[in-house]
Amino acid sequence: MLTLHRKLLRDLAGLKGQVAAIAVVIAGGVMTLMISVTSLDAIRLSMDRFYATHQLGDVFASVNRAPEVIAERLREIPGINLVETRVVAPVRLEVPGFDDPVRGTLLSVPDGRQPSLNRLHLVAGSLPESGRANQVVVSEPFAEAHGLGMGDRLRVIIRGRYETLVISGIALSPEFIYQVAPTDLLPDYERYAVMWMNRRALGNAFAMDGAFNSVVASVQAGASTASVIEHLDRLLAPYGGIGAHDREDLMSHRILQEEIAQLRVMAVVLPGVFLGVSAFLLSVLMGRIVNTQRQQIAVIKAFGYDDRDLAVHYALLTGLMVAVGVALGIALGSITGDLMAALYAEYFRFPETVTRLQLRVVVLAALVAAFAAGLGTFRSVAAAVRLPPAQAMRPPAPEQFRQGWMDRTAAGQWLAQTTRIILRNLSRHRLKSAMTITGIGLSGALLLLGSYQFNAVTHMIDTQYRKVLKMDTHVTFIEPTSAHVLAELRALPGVHYAEGYRSVPVRLRNGHLSERNAIEGLPASPQLRGLVDRSLRPIELPADGLFMTDFLADQLELRPGDRVLVEIMEGRRRVLEMTLAGTVDEPLGLGTYMRLDALNALMREGPAITGAWLLSDPDRRDALYARLWDAPRVAGIGMISQAEDGLRQYMEDTVLVLMSILLLLAGSITFALVYNNARIAFAERARELATLRVLGFTRAQVGWVLIGEIALLTLLALPVAWLLGTLFAWLLSLAFSMDMIRIPFHITHQSYAFAAAGVLVASLLSVVLIARRLRHLDMVAALKSIE
Amino acid sequence: MVTAPVQPSTKREVVFSARGISKVYRMGEVTIHALRGVDLDLYAGELVVMLGASGSGKSTLLNIMGGLDSASEGTLRYRDQALSGVSDRELTRFRREHVGFVFQFYNMIPSLTARENIAIVTDIADNPMRPEEALDLVGLADRMDHFPSQLSGGEQQRVAIARAIAKRPAVLLCDEPTGALDSKTGIKVLQVIEHINEEIGTTTAIITHNEVIGRMADRVIRLKDGRVDEEHRNDRRADPAELKW
Ligand SMILES: Nc1ncnc2c1ncn2[C@@H]1O[C@H](COP(=O)(O)OP(=O)(O)OP(=O)(O)O)[C@@H](O)[C@H]1O
Ligand SMILES: [Mg+2]
Repeated sequence: MLTLHRKLLRDLAGLKGQVAAIAVVIAGGVMTLMISVTSLDAIRLSMDRFYATHQLGDVFASVNRAPEVIAERLREIPGINLVETRVVAPVRLEVPGFDDPVRGTLLSVPDGRQPSLNRLHLVAGSLPESGRANQVVVSEPFAEAHGLGMGDRLRVIIRGRYETLVISGIALSPEFIYQVAPTDLLPDYERYAVMWMNRRALGNAFAMDGAFNSVVASVQAGASTASVIEHLDRLLAPYGGIGAHDREDLMSHRILQEEIAQLRVMAVVLPGVFLGVSAFLLSVLMGRIVNTQRQQIAVIKAFGYDDRDLAVHYALLTGLMVAVGVALGIALGSITGDLMAALYAEYFRFPETVTRLQLRVVVLAALVAAFAAGLGTFRSVAAAVRLPPAQAMRPPAPEQFRQGWMDRTAAGQWLAQTTRIILRNLSRHRLKSAMTITGIGLSGALLLLGSYQFNAVTHMIDTQYRKVLKMDTHVTFIEPTSAHVLAELRALPGVHYAEGYRSVPVRLRNGHLSERNAIEGLPASPQLRGLVDRSLRPIELPADGLFMTDFLADQLELRPGDRVLVEIMEGRRRVLEMTLAGTVDEPLGLGTYMRLDALNALMREGPAITGAWLLSDPDRRDALYARLWDAPRVAGIGMISQAEDGLRQYMEDTVLVLMSILLLLAGSITFALVYNNARIAFAERARELATLRVLGFTRAQVGWVLIGEIALLTLLALPVAWLLGTLFAWLLSLAFSMDMIRIPFHITHQSYAFAAAGVLVASLLSVVLIARRLRHLDMVAALKSIE
Repeated sequence: MVTAPVQPSTKREVVFSARGISKVYRMGEVTIHALRGVDLDLYAGELVVMLGASGSGKSTLLNIMGGLDSASEGTLRYRDQALSGVSDRELTRFRREHVGFVFQFYNMIPSLTARENIAIVTDIADNPMRPEEALDLVGLADRMDHFPSQLSGGEQQRVAIARAIAKRPAVLLCDEPTGALDSKTGIKVLQVIEHINEEIGTTTAIITHNEVIGRMADRVIRLKDGRVDEEHRNDRRADPAELKW
């Protein structure tokens, strides 16, 4: 081994602490990059493959009831490829040994064979045999949640009639990769089932003989989906069509898209931050190494090593640090990557998770890390190479200091000599001090970002369930129902309060922008369904005009006072022009709201509602639900408090796990930065400090020179951390604004305090480590060495 | 006062030939004339001692001759190769192939042991000694695995000399090689330098403040204020063992 390389290894060994600190930061970047790219890749590939192999439809429509003959006319729509009509029935079921009510969606498949669109992936067993009325295929997560297998029986209530069905198969569907009940956001595999049975059998049971209530169609390559939707809407309107939609409005697909969008953001932001910080750390460290090795560089040059040798030498030094970091990152990335994959597998059900060569990601991560490192060290290495050999061999001249305010003012005179040394050093190395403050500020900002996420997510859930959804139970009716039903609901066991609402499917248009949504008609000041503004103050609905989730208004480019076209998709189609009266702030979902009486008037109906919200006694809820299930008009029951628990669980499982990792990494970055900085300051000062000791200063005084500097820099870095962190948080809240979930830009005092505390603790820890070194400061050695 | 160069007794090949070498350092408003027109020839196999007050420009001259620095003005040749006005790369090759240095401040590489400090030079030399052999010559064979911080100043100086001679250089340039040594060790070091000079015919220049060392030279050159002030040739080179200070 060349001796020059041996020097490299020795140098590295001498910088253990700092190398480790930087390696951890690089590892953070590599790890987050690996996790997000691998997950992104896996989800996208698995989704695309599942869609392609199992023929997910392009267009979906629901109707009340249309005769099967219409199907022929649908097939003639220009641009349409395959048309599959089917029966979809909301059902309720009883699973032996499970007490809670279970909801389900029962879909038809053509007698005894696969549908041409939305084909099933059979995990076990087979489709219902042709002509068999009591066989059913159940979705895999539901079967798993209850330990169901082939031949097991389920009691299903269809239109109030009990049917006993036998499981013939277990399947996955591209339509339900994310399997969630219609009113829910999150999967609850125990309490919601997706099942398939023969068309004829389901038609009989659901009074849909020779008719259908759901259409799936595919669009020919090159044809316009929008025009197919328009044709479908026109043909299906007389049969109670509520508007066809494309994949974007398919719940499962939509959630997948949002997940992909989130991962895209993550794949750029997190590694960017980590690798940026590591580039910064490397540049500071390498700058310092080159500076302290000026004489060594000169000597090596004097011996006849050329610029290339030196460039390679210092590049290798960086390269090794990067290599250590990348290796660590890959190790962590593959461990956490598997964890993430398991997490995703819980929420997204693919027949196979397609993971492509990890190698590509690894190489990408290594390249990005190396690039960042190169960026950080290029200057120092270039400076090393440029050093003229003779110049560098002179002992470094004493640095130039100028007289300043300290020498002129009384306050300055009063400062202790050691404190003056600190202030002189800082003002002398203004750029370096600024860099250090920025660096520490940056890491503090990361802490703030992590803490913001923690709090914002909690805040979001709190807002949703304390301020917006104040009910504990949500009942939907199969069709618009007289408001008298509220009195009956109030009379049910344990119900304290009931409030009705009317929901009408609509398409909102502003110019070329359009969104499918539903208008909810609410009482003027709803008690159970909060409408709040940005500062969480309740909103009073005006006698006319619409309110809208602000995110939806933004998407439609509407501002309060603007006119919006509202296409009513229920009953008789009409297009109305209405005014956007204002916006509401809600973290979850998108909604449009108006006064119930105004909506009833608009629909030319009496006081009708399509659903109700209940406030009930938790202890009597079982009895309440049992009664509700048996009520003939009830289509579904949403258990809001359970949904809240589910959401909190989900956030804990995913977001918070991720954020904990981030927080851990941010903490280590902060420590790495502060420690690194302190070590450099120590190395640069060792001689000066030893001299002070020789001159008779006490250990404490000498320690103050160093520690005071660290303390001062840390304190100055705090406002920077707050500022940058607030900026990061704002950017993140922008990046994470999606249809389903928006993380509010809401930073608590605790977050600011947390970031500051993190930085201070990291500083303190570094100070303790440095103080240990200070105790062992060898006066003689420090003075003997030229370095 | 400039005296004419003393002619060599026997016609020997000129190795270094410097004409009108000046060096100016500019530091802000101050300009420092470290050298002000030095004319100098060094002959093959010659051992020259340079004397002069502190700040007279000795190190500067040595650095320029060794290709570590370039002159602000004047020409410098090494044999048939120009050293003034040439590229950095050529200077680097010149240093690598021909020159051994002993620096005023030892300039050990702190992260390398004594042996490795020598190996770093022999690694890129054509026909070097083994580092152990070189350390043996300066009487430090038993310290070869010690780091510079574990060696005394004098010991570091001796390692520096071993490092300079290990490549069997054609030119050996020593900046105060005995500055940090007691006279006994100093003499030992000078004997090594002399030995290399005799054995390999290395052209040797030694900078020193010590007049006595001048007696072991073929020629003594005195610098003053950046100029050659005086030079004289010894009739006989004294054996370093005879020197006393
Ligand atoms: N890099 C530099 N920048 C500015 N001035 C320099 C530089 N190098 C040398 N000098 C100045 O040039 C002059 C000659 O310096 P040089 O080092 O050659 O002296 P010297 O004869 O070797 O002295 P000493 O015996 O003390 O080593 C001195 O005045 C010195 O201050
Ligand atoms: Mg000198």
